[in-house]
Amino acid sequence: MADRSLELVDCGHRACGGCGPAFAARLILKGSGSNSIVCAATGCMEVFSTPYPQTAWKVPWIHSLFQNAAAVASGVESALKHQGRDEHVLCICGDGSTFDIGMLCISGAFERGHNITYICYDNEAYMNTGIQRSGATPFDANTTTSPVGKNSLGNSRPKKDLPRILAAHGAPYVATCSIAYPNDVIKKVERAVNTQGPCYIQIHTPCCTGWGYDGSRTIEMGKLAIETGLFVSFEMVNGKIEKVKKVKRKPVEEYLKEQKRFSHLFKPKPNLEEIAKIQAIADANAEIYGIDLKI
Amino acid sequence: MSLRVGCAAQPGQARSNKTGSWRVFCPAFDHDKCTSCGMCQLVCPEGCIEKDNEKFVPDYDFCKGCGICAHECPAEAITMETEEK
Amino acid sequence: MKVILEGSHAIAEAVRLSKPDVISAYPITPQTHIVERLAEMVADGDLDAEYICVESEFSALSACLGASAAGSRVYSATSSQGLLFMAEVCFNVAGMRQPIVMSIANRAISAPLSIWNDQQDSIALRDSGWIQVYAEDVQETFDLHLLAYRVAEDHRVLLPVFVCFDGYYISHTYEPVDILDIDEVNAFIPPYEPVNKLDASNPLSMGMYATPEYYMEFRYEIDKAMENAALVIKEAGSEFGKRFGRDYSKHVESYFLEDAEIALVAMGSVCGTIKDAIDLMRKDGKKVGLLKIRTFRPFPATEIKEALKDVTKVGVLEKNVSLGTRMKGAVGLEVKDAIGNSGIEVMSYVTGLGGRDIKIEDIIRMTESLENGIGDCFFGLREELL
Repeated sequence: MADRSLELVDCGHRACGGCGPAFAARLILKGSGSNSIVCAATGCMEVFSTPYPQTAWKVPWIHSLFQNAAAVASGVESALKHQGRDEHVLCICGDGSTFDIGMLCISGAFERGHNITYICYDNEAYMNTGIQRSGATPFDANTTTSPVGKNSLGNSRPKKDLPRILAAHGAPYVATCSIAYPNDVIKKVERAVNTQGPCYIQIHTPCCTGWGYDGSRTIEMGKLAIETGLFVSFEMVNGKIEKVKKVKRKPVEEYLKEQKRFSHLFKPKPNLEEIAKIQAIADANAEIYGIDLKI
Repeated sequence: MSLRVGCAAQPGQARSNKTGSWRVFCPAFDHDKCTSCGMCQLVCPEGCIEKDNEKFVPDYDFCKGCGICAHECPAEAITMETEEK
Repeated sequence: MKVILEGSHAIAEAVRLSKPDVISAYPITPQTHIVERLAEMVADGDLDAEYICVESEFSALSACLGASAAGSRVYSATSSQGLLFMAEVCFNVAGMRQPIVMSIANRAISAPLSIWNDQQDSIALRDSGWIQVYAEDVQETFDLHLLAYRVAEDHRVLLPVFVCFDGYYISHTYEPVDILDIDEVNAFIPPYEPVNKLDASNPLSMGMYATPEYYMEFRYEIDKAMENAALVIKEAGSEFGKRFGRDYSKHVESYFLEDAEIALVAMGSVCGTIKDAIDLMRKDGKKVGLLKIRTFRPFPATEIKEALKDVTKVGVLEKNVSLGTRMKGAVGLEVKDAIGNSGIEVMSYVTGLGGRDIKIEDIIRMTESLENGIGDCFFGLREELL
C-alpha cells in the first residue's frame, strides 16, 4: 500500500509557485515509495530540483542527458537484476523529452520489456527552455516556436497519442492521469511500479507560467482539461482500455478561455471555426474512450 | 566545501534555499474553520504544509504563496493576504 | 594458455575474464564479432552477464552509464559512426566519472561512408575525458582491456577508457595470443567498488547541473584525474608485467631509437609495418627508429620529449586528419608541442585513411620525404584522381 504521508521531494526547490510538475513529483514518490531509483531527463523538474549541491530528492536519482532516461533506466534495471536488488526503477521525464527527442530510447526500452515505470509529466511544451512546442502541445496552442501571427493560429498539429503507441509495444500497463485527481495519480503509479514489465504513465501537469493562468488555479485547470474531454484519464491493461474517468462534459471554451496560450481564439471575438475544431478533438476523445457519463 | 566527484550530492541540501522569500501573497490559516481533511497538505506543490495537533500549518520558510491551498480548501479556511515584509 | 584467435574473439575472452555484470552493445562493422561472441558466451552460460540488445549506440552507452551508476561493471564496443552517435554520452560519462571500458575497433568516418580502418573516430573524441590506449597487435589488445578495467576503477582515476585497435587489421586477424586464466585476472582486477552508487539505502543525486560557480572546478577535477591516470597506468602496467611477463609500465615504446637521427611516430597496428621498414632502412645505413605511442590520453608529453631528445627529424604517421589545419595531423601537433623549442623538426603525414594499405615502401618513401623537409601533408594520394 502506498504511503501517502511520505515526502520524498524536499522543500527548497526552485519550481514556480503553483507548479504542476512539482506537485506531480511528490505524488509519484508517494506511489512508488522510498525503495525507488529515479532516472530523470533534462527539463523543468530536473533543473528546479538539482542545482549542485542543493538536491531536493530523497531517493536515489540520476540525470544523464535530455533524451536517454529510458536507456539509462534500462541499464539500471539490468544492473539491479544482476545484483539481485528490488528497487523500483522509474523514469520521470517531461513531454519534450518523452514525445520527441527520447522516442528512440523509449521505444527500445519498451520493446525489450525492461521492468521499469516511465512517467511523463506532461505540461504540453518545452517549458524549461521557455515554452517551445513539443509533440504533446495541443492543437492551436500558442508557443514561442508555434506562435500566433498573421499566418498562424498556433500549433497546427494534434497531440501525439503516445499512450497507445507504447501500449502497442506490449506494455502491460499504460495509464493517463492528472494532478487534478491526486489520489488517482498515486494509485496508478503504485500499480505501475508493482506491474512486471515496462509501464507508462502520462500525468497531465498544468503549467501556470507556460499556459498563462494564475498559479493558484493549477488543479482547477487540470479538472477543466478532463471535464472538457481534451485530456482523458484512463488505464490500458495489456493493450485494452479499462477504467476511463467519465465526466459530465463541458464545452471546450470553458477550458480554453482561461489560458493565455489560447487567448488568440477569443480576440477580438471568439473564433468559432477554430474552437469547433478543438471541440471536434474533444468529441473524438469522448467517442474513442467513452468518457461521457450516461445520465 | 570540496566538490563531490561526478557532480553528485546527498539529500537534504535543497532546504538551505529558503523559497519563502519569494512570497508576494501569504496564506492565512483559519483553524476554527479547518475540518482537518488534509487536502492542503496533499496539494501543496512544495510539500511544506505540516500537521500540528490535527490542524495544518505551512512552513513559511518555504511557502511560495502560490495560493493552491486556498483555492482548493473545501472549508474555505485559507485566505491569501498580501505578504508583510 | 596460448591459442590462435581472431582479434575480436580475443577481446571477447578479455571481457569474459573481466566479469562485467552488464553488456550493452549495438553491432557495427568491424566490431560485430566481439559482441556476437559475447552473446554466445552468455547464451551458453559461459559468461554471467545481462546482455542488452540496445536499439542504438546512443542507448548502448546510456545503458552502460545507468548500470555503472547502479554499481555494476559494464562493457560496450563500437566504431566510427557509432562512436560519433554516442559522442554526447561519452562526454557525459566522463563528467559523471563512470569507469566504463569500451572497445573501439577504429574505423573511418562518413562521409564518404567507409567501413575500413583509420583512427579518426577515437581521435575525434580526444577532448572527451576518456583515457585512450592504442594496441599494436591482438595480444596487446587483449592485455589492454584487462589493464583498462584496473585503471578505470581505481579511485584515484574513475575515468572511462577507450581501448583502441585498428579495425580489420586487429579485429579480423588471427594471431597467437596468451589468454590468461580467471584466477590470474581476479588477482589483477579487484571487484568494482563505486564511489557514488544508486542505492535506496543510501540515496544520492547523481548528474546534477552545475552553475557557473561550480562547473569549471568539476572539469578541472577530470583533468586532475587524467594526470593521476598517467601514474596509475604505469603502476598497473608494471604489475601486469611482473605477474604475466608483458610489461605495460611505459606510455610509449621505442624501437631502434637509441642512436636514431630520424624518428617515426605512430599508434596502432601500423607500428608493426614500420618496424619492418626500419629493419630494411637500417640495412641501408639509415639511422631510423620508431616511437610507438600506446597511451594517447593522457598524452605522455614528458616521455615523448625524453624519447625523442636526440633525433633531428620526427615524422608522425597519422591515420587521421584535422581538416583545415596547417599541420593536418592531430597527433603530430601534440608531439610537436611536447618536444617544444628544441630545433627538432616535426612533420605530420596523413595516410592510410579509409583503410588505404600502408606498405613498407610507403614508409620508406615517407622517411625520404621527411629527410627532404616535405611533410605536414596528405601522403600517398592517387594523383590521377585529383
